[in-house]
Amino acid sequence: MLGVLVVLALALITISFRESEEGPLHDAQGAAANALQPLTVAMDRVAQPFRDAYGWTADLFHARAEVERLRAQKEQLQQQVIQTESALQSLVEVKELLAYVDGPTFPEDYTYVATSVTARPPNAFEQAIVLPVGSDDGVERDAPVVTGDGLVGRVTDVFADSSRVTLLTDESSAVSARVLRTKADGIVEHGQTGDSLIMSRVAKEDVVNVGDEVVTSGWRSGALASLYPKNILVGRVTSVGNNQTDLYQQVQIASDVDFSSLDSVVVLVPRDKTRGRVR
Amino acid sequence: MNDPAAIAVMVFLAALLQATIVASVDFFGGAADLLLLVLIGLALLRGSVTGAVAGFFAGLLLDVLTLDTLGVTALILALAGYWTGRYGETTGRDRAHAPLLAVVVVTVLVAVFGYGLHFLIGEEVSARRALFETLLPGLGLNLLLAAPVFALCNKLLRPLEISDRTAEVRLLG
Repeated sequence: MLGVLVVLALALITISFRESEEGPLHDAQGAAANALQPLTVAMDRVAQPFRDAYGWTADLFHARAEVERLRAQKEQLQQQVIQTESALQSLVEVKELLAYVDGPTFPEDYTYVATSVTARPPNAFEQAIVLPVGSDDGVERDAPVVTGDGLVGRVTDVFADSSRVTLLTDESSAVSARVLRTKADGIVEHGQTGDSLIMSRVAKEDVVNVGDEVVTSGWRSGALASLYPKNILVGRVTSVGNNQTDLYQQVQIASDVDFSSLDSVVVLVPRDKTRGRVR
Repeated sequence: MNDPAAIAVMVFLAALLQATIVASVDFFGGAADLLLLVLIGLALLRGSVTGAVAGFFAGLLLDVLTLDTLGVTALILALAGYWTGRYGETTGRDRAHAPLLAVVVVTVLVAVFGYGLHFLIGEEVSARRALFETLLPGLGLNLLLAAPVFALCNKLLRPLEISDRTAEVRLLG
């Protein structure tokens, strides 16, 4: 009996790998996932009040420190807003003068599908989540997924009514990013531990400081382009390593997104597909 | 409810709870594996064949729910169910520590075998994360939950008759 089950499992794995996304096994998996979706959504709704209660209790322990941090941040941001508004006005004028054609940017050139997270793989091998929205809702493969705190990942599998998102903390994820303040470019990948991230390939001559914000670079070079649009927050620099023997700086980043307890996310869908999506 | 139906319902509910709720309850970087505990409970009570079949279908259900590669979790859990069943039928029979020992061994083996299998099929996996950071807290949570889960399995499944039990050594002739 065990032999039969092992052979059957190996056959399923082989077929899953070899067939295309429109193959019969993929279709069957999608149909089964769709059939089970009402149950997962119902389960998620039942669990939500308990999750909220847990989150509320956990937040209480950090509330005082958080208030102090946010007050300081508010004062800093008020000053920045004035400077940014002035700079933005100048930028708009210059763009009009030059008839500048820009690539798609976030959030202007994207519409969105807001959704809850219904499931996640119960193992440490994959950092992924399952969403109850799919191609019927306009979700496409490689669509960026964000929360209010920043970039979460991208859609890697799409079915009619469900999709799978590979998180930024997965071993297979990598994002072209840049330090917002100094324009230092690099690639953000998973870090050594837990939900940590590193920004690699940052040239030694580039200036990077602790606390700098890192955003997606959304580069474009002819037909080739980044999967992610420009200016989505990826995280903040927590440390900068500048070893003389290394070719590049090693920049550690902390994301504001709590990848281990994602409840709801937003999938970005380009408004104008004919304009050439930033990929 | 008869035995196969009870097992099917238990496995289905455990897989659903695991994928939707339990896997997202993070505790010191790890999460409990409710489905694995139910499977260990079933396999210890009903033997290797039931363990392997329940593990296969539980894994398949989880692969569908999480949109994972079909067959990967099914293979891992089928082997886990079979090993636990054999352990219960032979070495672990009537030993008080058998369930907890099975939880420790199966949790570690599932992590190691899962890591190897994902590596073999070409997925990038972090050994540090899979075998160190998440394994220890996950193992601790599994041990904490083992007693109530096994008690529930015992309650839901009727005790086997003496004649139903697999003989440790079969005599021919």
